Order: sequence, then C-alpha cells, then structure tokens
Amino acid sequence: MSRLDTTKIRADFPILKRLVRGKPLAYLDNAATTQKPRQVIEALVDFYERHNANVHRGVHTLSEEATNMVEASRAKTAKFIGAAKPETVIFTRNATESINLVAHGWARKFLRAGDEIVLTEMEHHSNMVPWQMLAKEKGVVLKFVPVEPDGTLDLDKVRATVAPKTKLFAFTAVSNALGTVNPVEAMIKIGKSVGATVLVDACQWAPHRTLDVSKWGADFVVFSAHKMLGPTGIGVLWGREDLLHAMDPFLGGGDMISRVTLEGATWNELPYKFEAGTPNIADAVAFGPALDYLSAVGLDAIREHEDELAAKAVALLEASPSVFVLGPKDPALRSGVVSFNISGLHPHDVGTIFDLEGVAVRVGHHCCQPLMHKLQCGGTARASFYLYNDQSDVEALGRALKRTLDFFKIGAKAGVH
Amino acid sequence: MEGDAELQDLYREVLLDYFRSTTRKGKLDPADVRAHGINPVCGDEIEITVQRDGGKVAKLRYAGHGCVISQASAAMMGEALEGKSEADVRALVKAFKTMMLENAPVSSLPPELEALSALEGVRKFPLRVKCATLAWNTIAQGLDAAAAVKGA
Repeated sequence: MSRLDTTKIRADFPILKRLVRGKPLAYLDNAATTQKPRQVIEALVDFYERHNANVHRGVHTLSEEATNMVEASRAKTAKFIGAAKPETVIFTRNATESINLVAHGWARKFLRAGDEIVLTEMEHHSNMVPWQMLAKEKGVVLKFVPVEPDGTLDLDKVRATVAPKTKLFAFTAVSNALGTVNPVEAMIKIGKSVGATVLVDACQWAPHRTLDVSKWGADFVVFSAHKMLGPTGIGVLWGREDLLHAMDPFLGGGDMISRVTLEGATWNELPYKFEAGTPNIADAVAFGPALDYLSAVGLDAIREHEDELAAKAVALLEASPSVFVLGPKDPALRSGVVSFNISGLHPHDVGTIFDLEGVAVRVGHHCCQPLMHKLQCGGTARASFYLYNDQSDVEALGRALKRTLDFFKIGAKAGVH
Repeated sequence: MEGDAELQDLYREVLLDYFRSTTRKGKLDPADVRAHGINPVCGDEIEITVQRDGGKVAKLRYAGHGCVISQASAAMMGEALEGKSEADVRALVKAFKTMMLENAPVSSLPPELEALSALEGVRKFPLRVKCATLAWNTIAQGLDAAAAVKGA
C-alpha cells in the first residue's frame, strides 16, 4: 500500500480544488507538466515582493540576496542529482534548450563530417530535431536504435547500433509517450565502451526516480523543473566539468563574459559561461522549494505510489476489450505513464470526452511522431500520475472511459469504425 | 449514451454518419489539385485530390486519418464542393471558416453548407476548431498552389 498521505499532499496544491466543466479536476497530464504546491507559488511571490533584483551585478543588498537565492537553488539541484559541484549545473529555459546548448556548444565544435550520432526511435522531438539540424549542417550521420513492438529497447540492438564511429549517444531514460523505463546504466556503459559522449534525457526520470549523475557516469544529463513541481522556464543541463570547460558558449552577451574589448571577449567561469543575459531568476529561486518538497515526501515513496495507481489504471483500461494499452507489460519496466487507444476512436475525440468529465489527459503524438509512426498509430491518449493523484483520479478515469464507450456504443455492434 | 446531451451536441448523429461514410474517401489519380494538410497539434494528416471538369470541381476525395470532427468535416466539404466553380469554392471556404472562427450564426451559412451547421457545437471546444477547419484550409492551399503553377 502506498505510504503517501495524499489528503495532506493534495491540500498543498491549490489548483486541485478547481472544477473543470463542472467536475472536479482529475489531473492526469503530469508527464507534460506538473502542478505546483503552494510552497513553490509562495516562493515566487516572496521573491518578487521582498528580494527582486538582478543577479551577479550590483553590490546592493537585494542583488546580493537574489544572487544567493539562485545559487542556493543551484546547490540544491546539484545535491538532488548527485553532482559534486554546483557549477556543473547550468540553468536553461527548459530541457529542449539544454539539448540545443550541447548541440551548439559541444557537438558543433567537436563533431566532423562522417561522425555518427546514435539516438533511439522513442526520443522526444527535443532529442531528435536538434541532432537532425546539426547532422544537416555538419554532415554527421544519425543512427537509431529501433523500438520493439512492446515499446522497449533491446540491449543487443543498442550494442549493434553504437559503434566506434559513434561520437554521441543521446537517449531518453524514460519514454514520455509509453512510460518505458530504459536500462539507463547499461546503455551508458555501451556508449562509453566505444568512447562515445553520452547524453541522457532525464525529463521523465528526475521527477520520479533518484538521479545520481556520478553513479550513472554519463557526460550530459538534461531535465526540466516544471515536470517536477517547479515553475516553467527553468531547465537543467548537468555536464561533466572538463567537457563544459572545453565546449563553446551557446549564447553570447552579458554575464557569460570575463572581459570584453571591441575586438573580442573571453568567457566567464562555469556555470555563467552558459547563462548569457539576465537569467530566469525568480523561477530558479522557486525551483528550490520544489526539490525540497520532493525530498521531504521521498522519491521512493512517490514512485511506489505512482506505480500502484498506474497498475490500477492499466487494469481498469484493459478490462474493456476495446481498449489497448501500449508499452511494456512488465510493471517493473513502466513508469507512471499509461498510454492507450480505444478501438475505432481517434485520441482527440477521447481527450475531449475525458475533458467533459474533468479528466485531463494528453492526446496525440506526444512530440514523438517517429515513434507513433513505428507503432502504427496516429497518436494515443496518455494518463500520467504523480504524487498528488489518488484513487478518485483513477475512478474519474473509469467514468470518462465508460462515458466514451457508451456514447460511441463501442463494444456493441454499431461502434465507430 | 442515451440522454448524454452534452456529447450529443458536439457529436451530432449526422457527424457520425459522415465520419463513417466512405463515399469520398481515397485519392484521385490523375488529379488537377493535390493538397496535403497537417494539424501539428495532433499530427493528423489529410490529402485532398480534385479532378476538374470545365473549371468546376468534378470529383473531390480525401485520404488520411483523423478524428470524428476532421473526417466528418472533410466528407461534408467534399459533398458541398463538387459541382462548384473555383470562385464558389473560395466563397464557401470563407463562409465556413467565418462560421467556425468568428462565431457567425449558422443561419448565415449558404444553403450548400447547411449540413455543416452540425459542427456548430465544436465552437465550444476551441482546441477542436482546427480539426474542423483542416480540410478547408487544405483545399484553399491546394487551389492557391494550382493557381500559382498555372500562372507561372
């Protein structure tokens, strides 16, 4: 049984009290973004009401406070992911920007025509399109580890794709579309065994599972604050220190320089070399309480709770012969993401009817069009759970499903085909 | 569901009939107008092909996958546009989009588009309006592209 006191947790999330189309909100779109506890919302208000100033510039009190608050969040982030040095944590706008930063600052500088980048077919567009753009520019070759029909990766196929010419192996730790939990450490080892630089997209891992970058041994890890109770507008890039030193800056401007003359500039030290211009100060500050919240509840307890709800959701959906749940059957290989289709119905129609029941699910391609193509579906409906979800949300999912099946007479002869 | 008025308003019976209809599904080859449309929100794709006869739309077919709203809208569009001149087609596209996007009353729809009034309920779901207009935007782009080729 779940160890979480969801009544107490839910009281911390003001948005969970609202009604949607006259029904209590059942928020099951956590893989897209999570809701924010009042501790995070209050931190934003507190910052703007009491500490607002630009960072790393003034010598006045507010500027010093703001600077210290951002750096405290950075140190907290480093601790949360097992990074020894806070300066290896770069704040960006989102994980997409983190990946683009690596593409521009590292790959553009070090990759040559004919070098290979290996991705998997289950990547989010954010870990695919930047590399496609780079490949076009530099003549780099992209290779893809195929996805199995059950939405998993086969390590033998990883070994067969990653080769001595592979300069970068970039993959997601957990599939946002299917919930597949990949064998991250084994995959990193395979990349390292051929001398490749390894980037892990941890967007769907970091909110739910303990992330220890020193244990993983990857070179770059990216994730987004807004998928883990934090504000939008803050992404994280963790990088191996020597790589961060060796690579070029992404954006040029203020804060990222050491010395500027009319002829040129030298770069600031880490992490500021990669944080050009006035950063997203308030949101960086408010990410701190989000991490505190997750740590206080405990990631193991959160994961256990989500697994329990996801298992109930899978059972509920699979009880209907017209519903097909995608992704791995083994619950150990699945995160709290449940992607499904209803026979003969388009996910968009499913999403609209679920919304009428107050149930927020994501429908469509989940920014994974190549994966959807591979699985031969135009899209799916996806329910994704987090720490504040409870049995009532699973029940709402059940009601929405019943209403959909009843209305379209699915299961009966006159279904929509 | 009997009595599910909220859903019946959105998914009117006539829409479900058009959604199931295969009368105008498919591709024409050769085609005088060929247009490909994508709804980036959901990834739905539609391909519209048209054969002309004496400046009028003789046959229109649509192919692709999509939700009830987008497929029904495409089917109704095909029915309404066959037999029309290019100027008529453009006027009807405009009339339909004005109804969907600017909330013009359905009573202002030209008689050829009477069936399209069934999409009225979609306007309460702003994210779904794009599903309803996909086929219409696609045919308009196809006509523009065909005109550009002809003019070049």
